[in-house]
Amino acid sequence: MACNSSGCESGGCYGREKDNGCKVVDVKETVRLCVKCKSNEPMTFGDGGSDDGRFCAECFRSNVYGKFRLAVTSHAMITPSDNVLVAFSGGSSSRVALQFVHELQVKALKNYEASRDRSLPVFGVGVAFVDESAAYPSLSGGMSDAIAWVRSTVLSLSPPEKDLHVVPIESVFGSDSVEARDRLVKLLDSVSDETGKEDLLLHLKMLSLQKVASENGYNRLVVGSCTSRLASHVLTATVKGRGYSLSADIQHVDARWKVPIVLPLRDCVWQEITRLCHLDGLKTVELARHPQSGINDLVSSFVALLQEENPSRECTIVRTAAKLTPFYFNKIPETDDSCVPMATQRRLKKFNLKYDGSMTTEAFCPICNGPLNGSDSSEDESDALYDACCSSCRFQILPQEPSSLDHFGSLLPHHMISQVKHHQKFDSQTYLREKIKDCLLLDDEEAV
Amino acid sequence: MEASEGKSKKQGASRLCCLCNQRRPVLKRPKTLQQICKECFYEVFEEEIHQVIVKNHLFKSGERVAIGASGGKDSTVLAYVLSELNRRHSYGLDLFLLSIDEGITGYRDDSLETVKRNELQYGLPLQILSYKDLYGWTMDDIVKMIGLKNNCTFCGVFRRQALDRGAALLKVDKLVTGHNADDIAETVLLNILRGDIARLSRCTSITTGEDGPIPRCKPFKYTYEKEIVIYPSLLNHFLKLDYFSTECIYSPNAYRGFAREFIKDLERLRPRAILDIIKSGEDFRIATTTKMPEQGTCERCGYISSQKWCKACVLLDGLNRGLPKMGIGRARGGVNGDHQKETKKPASAARSLESKQCGSLDF
Repeated sequence: MACNSSGCESGGCYGREKDNGCKVVDVKETVRLCVKCKSNEPMTFGDGGSDDGRFCAECFRSNVYGKFRLAVTSHAMITPSDNVLVAFSGGSSSRVALQFVHELQVKALKNYEASRDRSLPVFGVGVAFVDESAAYPSLSGGMSDAIAWVRSTVLSLSPPEKDLHVVPIESVFGSDSVEARDRLVKLLDSVSDETGKEDLLLHLKMLSLQKVASENGYNRLVVGSCTSRLASHVLTATVKGRGYSLSADIQHVDARWKVPIVLPLRDCVWQEITRLCHLDGLKTVELARHPQSGINDLVSSFVALLQEENPSRECTIVRTAAKLTPFYFNKIPETDDSCVPMATQRRLKKFNLKYDGSMTTEAFCPICNGPLNGSDSSEDESDALYDACCSSCRFQILPQEPSSLDHFGSLLPHHMISQVKHHQKFDSQTYLREKIKDCLLLDDEEAV
Repeated sequence: MEASEGKSKKQGASRLCCLCNQRRPVLKRPKTLQQICKECFYEVFEEEIHQVIVKNHLFKSGERVAIGASGGKDSTVLAYVLSELNRRHSYGLDLFLLSIDEGITGYRDDSLETVKRNELQYGLPLQILSYKDLYGWTMDDIVKMIGLKNNCTFCGVFRRQALDRGAALLKVDKLVTGHNADDIAETVLLNILRGDIARLSRCTSITTGEDGPIPRCKPFKYTYEKEIVIYPSLLNHFLKLDYFSTECIYSPNAYRGFAREFIKDLERLRPRAILDIIKSGEDFRIATTTKMPEQGTCERCGYISSQKWCKACVLLDGLNRGLPKMGIGRARGGVNGDHQKETKKPASAARSLESKQCGSLDF
């Protein structure tokens, strides 16, 4: 799980040779070699980052791609029978994720066409772009251009062909775009905390991605989050009191959702990603962000400051958080999918990469889907929604006046609120009895 | 949250205290942003600490308790409040003041004067221990030798042991320190930033060291630093708390400064975030196997230690041998390492320092 590129250590063999004073050619010569392959000239990105000028272009690229591929295979993220949806924002991280998934698919296609028995199918790839302009009106100006650019980018990544799904964020409320947009605006206006609003939008974004994925037959959602993004998340989660659920968010696999989320770029740092985009000429589009003024922005600035002081700080933060115990759902769930090839099934079983999907021991917050800690339960059973939510969502998203809770609940998308009703009906006695009923000896039966 | 805050600001002058609804509010409480009067602030400040003490079973009647007193605001307020609550709620505690003199000219020598005054003001017996007597080195000497990069490590390690020694001398059952919510939140962040998962799992405990020489607890765990600053400033003149308010002169370079600045900014945006950080720290899913390193005793002095030598002995040895880097960073050589690797010459700053006597270190 180490995210250290060869970058975090200092001084390769090159330095040591200098110290011992043996077989040193004139060090001041500009003939420097890639520290990995020792044959090509190293690339200089001139971006002031660490280990500039140590690797040649090929080695650098294969380092990054290697991390991606290792993550995919060791966590069974993408297997031949899968249908994968790549969440694409137009930014560097998701552009690299899309590129790498495409290359993986191309290779699989080549193998398929070359194989005689055609036993291993090629996994399908689709792309989803979430249009947030209903939430951030300032984005609407450049949105149609951005979408056109996304379309042409996806088109260029074929064969194999990939479907593009442009998902308006308000689609979580339904297909009637006017009504949906209206509901979105009403919901956002009722959240007074700035950070709460931003976070609620992130949750809605994930819901919309889940919706398009399940409605179109995808069984995996690829998200391009890199180490740097996760480092910020570790800190934001900590300062919002979400320490319990943190370990669920930062693993390679998050199968809480109907369509499991995978993070193949989790071990790559932002610097590698931007350098790769530069190297390969991967174009990105940065939509003008709504100015963030809350906690999320404060944490990003803090992490940037820490990075200046020590470039490996992001890695250390994620490494620390990785030592927290993950949840049972941080593995690909077991499915009795008969079309999964035998070889794959054997491999998954052998490395214990799956979990038994019926093991649902956690309750989840209906808004952020975070696993609930026992200490989160409220003292008085005042409102079903209040009781069901985690303490962080209660504070920053739910309205503070108890009288407004009902109305707020009516503003939430159906998917969130339906979970609350389920929670309300939750009767622990019945639930436990159900679980152990196989072992119970009933009065009117003969004991075995 | 922010919208309602704005409304109440505008109506500030005509409002009454949120809690008693009788008196005029004089401040906005940092923890909750409530507008409250002076009397209610005292009441709620002291009552919350009392509740923390009771709910967490910090003390038993008849216990001898030493208050780590530096002369700074936290320990001064702690001494005052604890003796007040002890009296008011009949905790039945025997309280003492314990102070450590690190030997920092222009800082510690001044703050010690404050503690001596506290001894008279609160009627609590005072014991002072100095680094010079315990270890043979003052912080001024240490900084002269090692510079300003790792000096906080030395001071912290030495002080911890010094407090335990002092507690043993006073024959107390417990040590209380003035660590406040801001301190603990900073420590949680620091441990995340530095990758110390073992410390991360322990640093939010209100009582630590129950299986060591002296258990120590932090009654101010949920008390905001800002409120500790406000508390004495509102007291009537004749009861005015006397404390020393300068920062350690060696502190500007401490890494903790990063976390502190961040928390200050965070508090401005969302005051409850400080408590949320502590909550996160308590809730982190850390396997119990990572919690406790194996506990033994130091071969040199008998103090509690997870290694062959305790950290204080390692650092002291380094100082006496003119190897200031020993004990800093990963253990590469020396007593606790696998094999001897330290063959470097002592730093040039050594200038023929003869080894200093270590003072008696036996436990």
